[in-house]
Amino acid sequence: MDLENMYQEIILDHYKNPHGRGLREPYDGESFQVNPTCGDEVTLRVRVGDGTIDDVSYEGQGCSISQAATSVLTDLVVGHTVDEALGTMDAFVELMQGRGQVEPDEDVLEDGVAFAGVAKYPARVKCALLGWMAFKDALAQTPHGDRAAKTVID
Amino acid sequence: MSTTLPGTADSLPLDVAAVRADFPILSRTVRDGKPLVYLDSGATSQRPVPVLDAERRFLETANAAVHRGAHQLAEEATDAYEDARARIAEFVGAVPGELVFTKNATEGVNLVAYAMSNAATAGPEMERFTLAPGDEVVVTEMEHHANLVPWQQLCQRTGATLRWFGVTDEGRLDLSNLGELVNERTKMVAFTHQSNVLGTVNPPAPIVERARQVGALTLLDACQSVPHAPVDLHELDVDFAVFSGHKMLAPSGIGVLYGRRELLDAMPPFLTGGSMIEMVRMESSTFAPPPQRFEAGVPMTSQAVGLGAAVDYLSAIGMDRVAAHEHVLTERALAGLAGLPGVRVIGPAGTELRGGAVSFVVDGVHPHDAGQVLDSLGIAVRVGHHCAWPLHRRMGVPATVRASFYLYNDVSEVDALVEGVREAQRFFGVR
Repeated sequence: MDLENMYQEIILDHYKNPHGRGLREPYDGESFQVNPTCGDEVTLRVRVGDGTIDDVSYEGQGCSISQAATSVLTDLVVGHTVDEALGTMDAFVELMQGRGQVEPDEDVLEDGVAFAGVAKYPARVKCALLGWMAFKDALAQTPHGDRAAKTVID
Repeated sequence: MSTTLPGTADSLPLDVAAVRADFPILSRTVRDGKPLVYLDSGATSQRPVPVLDAERRFLETANAAVHRGAHQLAEEATDAYEDARARIAEFVGAVPGELVFTKNATEGVNLVAYAMSNAATAGPEMERFTLAPGDEVVVTEMEHHANLVPWQQLCQRTGATLRWFGVTDEGRLDLSNLGELVNERTKMVAFTHQSNVLGTVNPPAPIVERARQVGALTLLDACQSVPHAPVDLHELDVDFAVFSGHKMLAPSGIGVLYGRRELLDAMPPFLTGGSMIEMVRMESSTFAPPPQRFEAGVPMTSQAVGLGAAVDYLSAIGMDRVAAHEHVLTERALAGLAGLPGVRVIGPAGTELRGGAVSFVVDGVHPHDAGQVLDSLGIAVRVGHHCAWPLHRRMGVPATVRASFYLYNDVSEVDALVEGVREAQRFFGVR
């Protein structure tokens, strides 16, 4: 196995220098998610103004994959409309659940393409999706949350 | 059994090479041709050829539903099933009628917990099994979820109070408040013989003695002790004990609940239905004596035969020899990991009263990530909380990496582990 394929430099960079970390006020939705097999956890807040994701803030502890994925998440959704953010989420979930068979679109997923190697390891897919589960759940609590509430990540 | 068993004279150390030859899976490679280094026997063990053969031979020659039917296969299958029970009973110092086959140890604990629930609606003769508000159940902070959650649930159903022994910073059971914790209100004390995380071996004697004084029942989680060291349940004098086949070279889907005969005789059933009855009428039924009373439905059979073969295999090698071998591996692992700056073992640092589960954390490298590096080297370990979440919280860590050893591991694999941890530190740039 090629470790570097899974732990791309981008992932390690986000892990060591996470973007957007810390819980901030005000917020419109908050979610606590835990991975029951390993105990990794994240608390994530989302602030939505006028159909746009104004802020995503989070705290948590977990492996490099879960922490880096949440850091990348903030880059991908903050400043974007709710619809764009959910589209990006769908693309990331598709990539992660594709067992390494899905070709990621860098225009959509930006640094998220680095997780393509993780998708080959089923046990780690949940790590990469932990923050996104929290994002979806937090968003569903906001007035813009209808579609988020209907989306299922499993 | 056609396979020659390695080393039978007690004075000889275990012949690991000969043992390994009995385990086909150990010769496979993983992750691009790396030899498999299997250090996850605490989760599940691998199976030797004699166990695989016994199961297959049973299925090819004698398979039938046991304890029903009078044809020849039914007779032979029942004999094989009961013969396995007898050999397993002897292996743990019990008699056959005291062993109930379950699907795993978790089911064994639940069987007792639900039987105690069911006792609440039975007559006054069930008093010693019943729980009510004011009664107490005592567990420990180092339990596997399997010996914690069923008792939490029982307490919620009955209004009883759950209490627990604490764990010291070194990872030992804190028995300093034994006299207060186990008291006249205590109905059950459930505790592990050997921690699946810390490796700590808990001496049952003081707990059993105190429980007897106050009339409380005891249940021993022997999942991590029976596979790894000689265990005599009569000598330990516990009331109940559970262990799992798949952790001791046997198939999954077979576990054992031990209960002192007198208690099994008195205890109401958990699951009801076929096999466990004495007389059935439309209005009501009476139940068979134990162990059948607790084995409703057609039981797992080839799995029981497999567990019988597994105890034969272990007995032929000798559990003293197995324990001594694991002691050597554990000592080497503890020494090797202690020599790595930034690595901290969670559990006793020495090998006294300690089994071969070695859990640790690496500064700056999450256990998942350390496990991934080890996996890339072909080394299979467990990462996470190992179904002992409260214990991890108590030890101040969210998760650990756990290496667990068995009779088929050799010292070179321990060295590979230590070198692999060093590699994880290098990869993540913390050393």
